[in-house]
Amino acid sequence: MTDHAVDSSRLYDEFVKGIWKENPVFVQVLGMCPMLAVTNSAVNALAMGLATAFVLIGSSVLVSLFRRLIPRQVRISTYIIIIATFVTVADFTLEAVVPTVHRELGAFISLIVVNCLILGRQEAFASRNPIHVALADAVGMAIGFAFALFCLGATREILGSGSLFGVSLFGENFEPWVIMVLPPGGFLMLGFILLFFNWVQQRRTLRPSRVSPATREAA
Amino acid sequence: MTDVELTVSVPGREPGSIRLVATLVVTAMLSGIVLAGAFQVTKPVIEANRMRELRAGVFTVVPGATRVRTFTWRDGRLVDAEDDDGASGPVLYAGYDDDSSFRGWAMVGEGAGFQDTIRVLHGFDPTQWRVTGMHILLSRETPGLGDKIFKDADWVASFDALAVEPPITVVRDGRDEAHEVDAITGATISSQAVVKIINEANAAWLPRLPPPGAEPALERDASGDTP
Repeated sequence: MTDHAVDSSRLYDEFVKGIWKENPVFVQVLGMCPMLAVTNSAVNALAMGLATAFVLIGSSVLVSLFRRLIPRQVRISTYIIIIATFVTVADFTLEAVVPTVHRELGAFISLIVVNCLILGRQEAFASRNPIHVALADAVGMAIGFAFALFCLGATREILGSGSLFGVSLFGENFEPWVIMVLPPGGFLMLGFILLFFNWVQQRRTLRPSRVSPATREAA
Repeated sequence: MTDVELTVSVPGREPGSIRLVATLVVTAMLSGIVLAGAFQVTKPVIEANRMRELRAGVFTVVPGATRVRTFTWRDGRLVDAEDDDGASGPVLYAGYDDDSSFRGWAMVGEGAGFQDTIRVLHGFDPTQWRVTGMHILLSRETPGLGDKIFKDADWVASFDALAVEPPITVVRDGRDEAHEVDAITGATISSQAVVKIINEANAAWLPRLPPPGAEPALERDASGDTP
């Protein structure tokens, strides 16, 4: 294998791991505060996913770029300044472009600063890897996080308001499960989704032993 | 795992204090430049959005209004907001129609709701002495319950032609007086909060309004001040 091939397969691995195998929400269970707080509708969940992606990707690139210049002793403070800068820019931009969504998300945009997923990626990954690998990792993690937020936001909106992206799905006679858009509904739904993903994972690890006799017979 | 990497600190090669301070100073300075830039770019858009939303609100609560003029209260008189530099106090809006004739007042009030501050805009007709409409500018009330204060069209409509004397009250068993509003099932606190905010704004502004017919014109007169 050439160096180039090794490099691109590593890039691919770093990219996909965040989406599924090491999904920040379903597997690492990080970033629970925005996960539970703003996922009462699909639009809010997507907006939070995009804002977090912007911050995560931007700060991973910068941290990786300057990883040799930032002394270890002040690395956390430096990362936090970088992250907070991106968060504030995202905050201003959302308020200018989508004021209604900005109002719904409220303080949770500023709270992206303390999303442990972001600082975690800087400390564990971006500060130790070259820029293209860090970028692949950040994009993968960001997609994984946005995907998780969207799963929760969409299910909660469908059950709790009977709509998706504000479009009514079930007509007049549907009685929305109000609890689903309230905080307890967030915990309930997150529990069910985590259960589902763990079940899928477990089936996957069990499958080889279950499948192999059949394949042997077929052979 | 690729994530883990041992960092061995070599004695004598630790960066000096100046290097640490310099790193933080440079980072913070760059951050400041970026933030100032982002603020400068987005500020006019954000203010235009707010203004547009507020005007739309005034047009909803003052029937027939298509133009708006903003006033503040200073030294016992209404002052055009443009003359009152740096004013941050409560403001009063006057709505005018296409022919520049006065259609009604609109005022903003705010107070504690069930979860967070609620900001309410309501219209007022000085000849009828009645509220002409209500519009929620800001609310973080519970989705599905408290948010009916702006999502329940019937409830919002109950503020049209609502009497203000005696002060508006929230009733549980069906409104039958001109100054009564129904409580929203499951959101009594939110509905009471809206009514309380409107009553407070009325108490503050109604005594200050010029007598009906003596409202300031849409075009400003030479002095800039109004009666």
